Amino acid sequence: MPSPGARDFTIEPLGETCLLLRFGERIDAATNARVHAAADLLRRVEMPGIVDLVPAYAALALHYDAVFWATRDDSPAWRHLAGALDAVFATPPPLRADTHARVEIPVCYGEEFGPDLDEVAARAGLARDEAIARHAGGDYRVAMLGFAPGFPYLLGLDPALHTPRRANPRTRVPRGAVAIGGAQTGIYPAELPGGWQVVGRTPLALFDAQRDPPCLLAPGDRVRFRAIDAGEFERLSVPDAT
Amino acid sequence: MSVTVLKPGLLTTLQDRGRFGHAALGVGSSGAMDGVALRLANALAGNDDGAAALEISLLGPRLRFDSDAAIALAGAEFAVRLDGRPIAMWQPLAVRAGSELDLGAARPGARGYLAVAGGFAVEPILDSRASDVNAGLGPLGGRPLRAGDVLDLGRTRDGRDPGPPAKDRHPPWSLDPRPWFDADPARPIRLVRGKHFDALDAVSRTTLFEASFRIEADSNRVGFRLDGARLALAGPLELVSEPAAFGTVQLPPSGQPIVLMAEHPPTGGYPRIAQVAAIDLPRLAQRRPGERVRFREIGLDEAQTRYLAREHALARLIDTIAARLAE
Repeated sequence: MPSPGARDFTIEPLGETCLLLRFGERIDAATNARVHAAADLLRRVEMPGIVDLVPAYAALALHYDAVFWATRDDSPAWRHLAGALDAVFATPPPLRADTHARVEIPVCYGEEFGPDLDEVAARAGLARDEAIARHAGGDYRVAMLGFAPGFPYLLGLDPALHTPRRANPRTRVPRGAVAIGGAQTGIYPAELPGGWQVVGRTPLALFDAQRDPPCLLAPGDRVRFRAIDAGEFERLSVPDAT
Repeated sequence: MSVTVLKPGLLTTLQDRGRFGHAALGVGSSGAMDGVALRLANALAGNDDGAAALEISLLGPRLRFDSDAAIALAGAEFAVRLDGRPIAMWQPLAVRAGSELDLGAARPGARGYLAVAGGFAVEPILDSRASDVNAGLGPLGGRPLRAGDVLDLGRTRDGRDPGPPAKDRHPPWSLDPRPWFDADPARPIRLVRGKHFDALDAVSRTTLFEASFRIEADSNRVGFRLDGARLALAGPLELVSEPAAFGTVQLPPSGQPIVLMAEHPPTGGYPRIAQVAAIDLPRLAQRRPGERVRFREIGLDEAQTRYLAREHALARLIDTIAARLAE
């Protein structure tokens, strides 16, 4: 696990109540790991005056209470917070063990569960069983959640399976759809419009506001898929709370 | 103690100051578009700052109070009638059981707030009573009000039933809304340069602050789409999804800027050319689809200083209102 160490990011204000800590400009696992390490550190030191922390691929947003970070002199509140961040990252407390969960997600691939599986396999020049094995065999990490509550963007997709988004996005992608968009794979937590290639479907509920925690996956979690058949999909299905 | 919805209005939702602390799960904050008007409506109704109120857009609802209540209205100017008689906004009001409140149309402004003493007794979802229509999160599953909905009222701050306020308790004062409400389309909205402002081509860097944009008809609580002048980048930018904020001005490939509003998702992937100054978010929220908007530049430090000054003034005013109501 990478150490946040002394400051290895730049600070960009995003308006008067948000700072972006920038670790890079593109999607790669090492940059994203530094984002999660920094988010973990700020949670561990219980940084005060922070309203929300949002890890993304290459940046971490800190939505903050500007009144809390206001100064008595004329210096801006955002610089005051930036200075406090420098101090936290200069002498980080000892790292604790990786607390991110490992989650196995059962997926029924192909047929009506994954209408785009054959196209993904054909583009990759793979037999469909080989495409399933490579998707299910990946070691994934939740880079970020976004787009809709509980939608995980997963890093770690086999390069052979990288597939462009559909030319015509669907108006309805079903809840639980496991899909590929470019170099990423993700899971639709609810019925949503979407342009990703749907290769399978999980019976698990990714997001349920009434559940604690509401999300099956948290940023930084490790994910593996397990191929299941239609019978197991039915057995594992939970009724839609909505 | 409840309110029955006779007519829902165009888009009436329960909102509080927003759902914070869950953006890492992809849950946006949502909450009131005009947070200042929401807070003043709550203050005038004798509520705590975090209470939920009705956000009423453009065309208001007709409501029946099933019990006596103390209420207040703030924000856009609606043609409000209580049992057929015009009533004023920006002041505490007593409502009798059986009364009908009809909000009519807003002008000037786009969004009004109806606060009821004790607040609306809906279960918080992820620590908030804000409605997020697109995510289907919040009271009523995040949806806008419908005819026939019955909204239960909560208890007031001191734990007693809110009504009936005696006639002589009806205070002979109201708030001067001018420092807190401005829907004048001629006045510019201030912008702080965004990370990708310098990636705009030279003409667009000037156009952003000189042109007049029109707020497109499909603008909503998620975002305002602007048309009239198209903007362009000097060259293509390859960006990954990044955190965004209320007021972030994004530039999609169409060249029509989009201003992210209260119900925006926590992340976005388009170039961020600017950020609406926090002091001007309530003013922008009061602009109507079809109206024009002009921008003026402000530096971040000045914008933050002004924002803090406004927050302090608003907190003082809210305290003053609470003291007056206690007299």
